[in-house]
Amino acid sequence: MIQPFRTQIGGLVERWNAIRFTFDGRALIGFKGDTLASALLANGIFLVGRSVKYHRPRGILAAGSEEPNALVRIVRGHGRDTPNLRATQIEIYEGLAAVSQNNFPSLAFDLGAIARLGEKFLLAGFYYKTFMPSLVAWKKLFEPAIRHAAGLGRAPIGEDPDQYANRYAHCDVLIIGAGPAGLAAARAAAATGVRVILCDEQAQMGGSLLADSDTDIEGRPARDWVASLLRDLYRHENIILLPRTTAFGYYADNFVALAERRTDHQSASSYPRERLWQVRAKEVVLATGAIERPLVFPNNDRPGIMLADAARVYLNRYAVRPGTTAIVLAAHDSGYRAALDLHAAGIPIALIADPRETTYNPWVQRAQKAGIRVAAGTEPVNTFGHLRVHTLQTRHGASGTIETHHADLILMAGGWTPTVHLFSQSRGRLRFDEQLGAHVPDISVQRERSAGACRGLFDLNATLEDGHRAGAEAATTSGAASWSHATIPTTIIPIMTGTAALPITGRHAFVDFQNDVTISDIQLALREGFRSVEHVKRYTATGMATDQGKLSNVNTLAVMAQATNRAVADLGLTSFRPPYTPVTFGTLAGLSRGALFDPIRTTPLHTQEAAEGAMFENIGAWKRARYFPKPGEDLHTAVIRECRTVRETVGLFDASTLGKIDVSGPDAALFLDRLYATPLRNLSPGKSRYSIMLTEAGFVMDDGIVARLSETNFHVTTTTGGAARVLAHMEDYLQTEWPWMQVWLTSITEQFAVIALQGPRARDVLQPFLNAIDLASLPHMGVRDFRLCGIPVRLFRVSFTGEIGFEINIPADDGPIVWAQLREAVAGQGGCAYGMETMHVLRAEKGFFIVGQETDGTVIPDDLGFGALGHAKLDFVGKRSLALPHMRAPGRLRLVGLLTEDGTTKLEEGAQITAEARPPPGTKSLGHVTSSYTSAALGRPIALALLANGRTRIGETLNIPMPTGSVVVHVVSPVFIDPEGTRAYG
Amino acid sequence: MLLIHCPYCGERPEIEFRHKGEAHIVRPENPAVSSDIEWTEFLYFRHNPKGPHAERWYHTHGCGRFFNAQRDTGTDRFLKTYRTDETP
Ligand SMILES: [Zn+2]
Repeated sequence: MIQPFRTQIGGLVERWNAIRFTFDGRALIGFKGDTLASALLANGIFLVGRSVKYHRPRGILAAGSEEPNALVRIVRGHGRDTPNLRATQIEIYEGLAAVSQNNFPSLAFDLGAIARLGEKFLLAGFYYKTFMPSLVAWKKLFEPAIRHAAGLGRAPIGEDPDQYANRYAHCDVLIIGAGPAGLAAARAAAATGVRVILCDEQAQMGGSLLADSDTDIEGRPARDWVASLLRDLYRHENIILLPRTTAFGYYADNFVALAERRTDHQSASSYPRERLWQVRAKEVVLATGAIERPLVFPNNDRPGIMLADAARVYLNRYAVRPGTTAIVLAAHDSGYRAALDLHAAGIPIALIADPRETTYNPWVQRAQKAGIRVAAGTEPVNTFGHLRVHTLQTRHGASGTIETHHADLILMAGGWTPTVHLFSQSRGRLRFDEQLGAHVPDISVQRERSAGACRGLFDLNATLEDGHRAGAEAATTSGAASWSHATIPTTIIPIMTGTAALPITGRHAFVDFQNDVTISDIQLALREGFRSVEHVKRYTATGMATDQGKLSNVNTLAVMAQATNRAVADLGLTSFRPPYTPVTFGTLAGLSRGALFDPIRTTPLHTQEAAEGAMFENIGAWKRARYFPKPGEDLHTAVIRECRTVRETVGLFDASTLGKIDVSGPDAALFLDRLYATPLRNLSPGKSRYSIMLTEAGFVMDDGIVARLSETNFHVTTTTGGAARVLAHMEDYLQTEWPWMQVWLTSITEQFAVIALQGPRARDVLQPFLNAIDLASLPHMGVRDFRLCGIPVRLFRVSFTGEIGFEINIPADDGPIVWAQLREAVAGQGGCAYGMETMHVLRAEKGFFIVGQETDGTVIPDDLGFGALGHAKLDFVGKRSLALPHMRAPGRLRLVGLLTEDGTTKLEEGAQITAEARPPPGTKSLGHVTSSYTSAALGRPIALALLANGRTRIGETLNIPMPTGSVVVHVVSPVFIDPEGTRAYG
Repeated sequence: MLLIHCPYCGERPEIEFRHKGEAHIVRPENPAVSSDIEWTEFLYFRHNPKGPHAERWYHTHGCGRFFNAQRDTGTDRFLKTYRTDETP
């Protein structure tokens, strides 16, 4: 198979290394070193995609990451398929399969384009105008049609099977871009011995030098200079070289994110596909180069119309002739350079049209000497050719003469735009340079410096010197000793100037190729009153495609300036935001996927509970046993059985997730007394107290058991979800309000497995394990350290069910042994293990509230029936707030019980309470249901609720309006069983 | 991601810290004698300047210490950090 557009000699591709690949199923051959774009061009394929709105045929426009048109999907099998990749950045490998996007049924014959679907209604502001007034029209009519017809590639289906890595790195100098400036900077910085990272988005480092055909640097050809410099750098121990690595985000304090593509250029690999580098650099050198600008004129988007320097890159670096006859539109001298290179390679140059009224310019002379016709003061006005351009019309500005020319390659040299994206992301201030017609870095905010073309230096000599200076200066500032200027001699002809080419108005004059925005769209936006560039951008979507306007931003400003008679400098510039080029979700997620996405916490008793047949539920990060079904049982029947068993005999419950804090020190009692609403100073050692913690604003924040182990040592429990919050709250007061207190706080949540034994036979289960001690001597709320099965345990006599209860704190590793022993003893008493669901029912039957279920950040102790709490205390956190008028105003929501009149309907948690059965719209709710369960003990559903003036409403009949009809409820006390609380004391 | 200088640990990345609101708001020694207005001001009223601002930070994934900082809310720059027993 031949590659008809491959040159005979030259280039950096490995001619001896043929690579087979396919494009839209067609088998093709390229060489190692080719990008997909260069390989397609070598095979004479210029048409690679359809535009997003108008389905216009589009070809390869650029040679780098700024490419807006040549977006393809790489097919590697379901989860590995990747859409929207730029053909200019895809390195071909054996078996690569690329597919064009956004066409139906095929690239050359596209129905969407024939129907001219887009042009009818996809004008600027179309989305806003059409969809804001009528969402129905959007949903029914437009969205399906547009989704089918437009849009970029399809997202892959199936899970991504690849691995992604993550690395944090610190360095003295991070150099971004390995073109002439970056390489000179790296050499200068590395020589000082500081730690350097050099990254470049391309596979090969060298940047523009890789496309150089005739310049010598330091006495050798540019590419050889690059190769030998890189060989030297690889030998340095203090430099990390990262090719295929895009610096995509510049954040605060010199934190720069890099995406390294490790395996996309290979057929198969066992390495991670991509790696995210999070680099913290003392100094950053931005050597990000510049991007050539297209010209804006009617039908400037046909396949075969290309950036001039891209054509030069394809020719010199990839050994590809991008066309058979070329015309160069040179608003900048670099167009002449491209023309001369193409001419030397045997590609006829039909014309160089230069919009400048050129007087004296050595480039013009060189072109004319080569026999190329140069038409000064001449601008393009239209092109023709459906799937490939074949004709260009020009107009001589002064005479108005229209000429027609024929060529299948039209090159645009509209000047250069410094790549200031990262500088701008670093919050650096830009300045518009009239001479360059582009924005350049002005004032730095972070420790970075720009070097070379990205700050507007387009002469190679100046760029190399600037790079050396930047690298050496950065190294010195970051800690190296000293540096000196160096000139890096070259043989380049250094004159490179241009003019800001004026946009040529007319139909289909594209400003933003990827989002299909034309001059007319921008003019329409301006006519409709948009003035700010930020508004015009959003209204027309220019610069908002995946290329973020790399080619279009400056031209957008030029169009606006022309239409409004303002200076470009006065228009401002839209913000540059990360990422510089699209980054995969895989890279950003790294290892945080699947089981590692959200770590799971399991209790020390998890295995035992699983063996018991537990059904688990997620409580925060914890897995907790919800219920323990026996064969044939569902949630409901299992919970009814578990509830009954606990009330009649005994149950075993894993309470290990409760937060636990050790509070020690001479002032521990005083500290806790001030932090909890509950009085704790007078608590005697060996006793515990149920305690409520408030925020300073007076609202219930947490609750738990505070146990005094000795004069100076407390064991405090918190809610499962509140563990970290309560510790931080305690630290806050200890460190910042009462730093004089001698108190030490230690989280001991994970030190203990906690088994709750609850039920009338709890003591019978436990007593045989405690030979010497009589459990009857441990009163309700007593705390004691024991040995159980030889293991030291801390025993709390507490009840959250209303039955006699114990909570046994066991060193975490010994938890399973104790669970096994107790489980057997419980079975011997006819008991069972129970889960969260049963725990909830049993506490609700007793009217015990749960923080976060009955409370919501607006509930005070009095609302829950704890009105007298802490009255005798002088001060505690939240006390003063409880005395504020609104805390004592009538109408507060109070905790009550609800019983449905029919005795069978279980209310929905969150349901609203009203007086009337059918409240008219706008009726204020009287409160809401907070908990609702089926009670085994009562043989009917019960509910807890927060109800306005609830305590005075006990005995009233109210309504819960539901979609299926109102449910009549009776307001009752929240304590449904054993209101005297005698059972727990038995 | 900001680098924050913990007075106890040195420079650490922002994700190790929690912002804890305005600094130098002292809880009254005897809240009972505060008027309702004084107390609500203590509870709820905070400065929100554009420019230098005194803030509390908590090195939650580090030493666990609270400390104070002067930060310019306009530029997001930390001007200085200091211990709670130091003055700014
Ligand atoms: Zn610290």
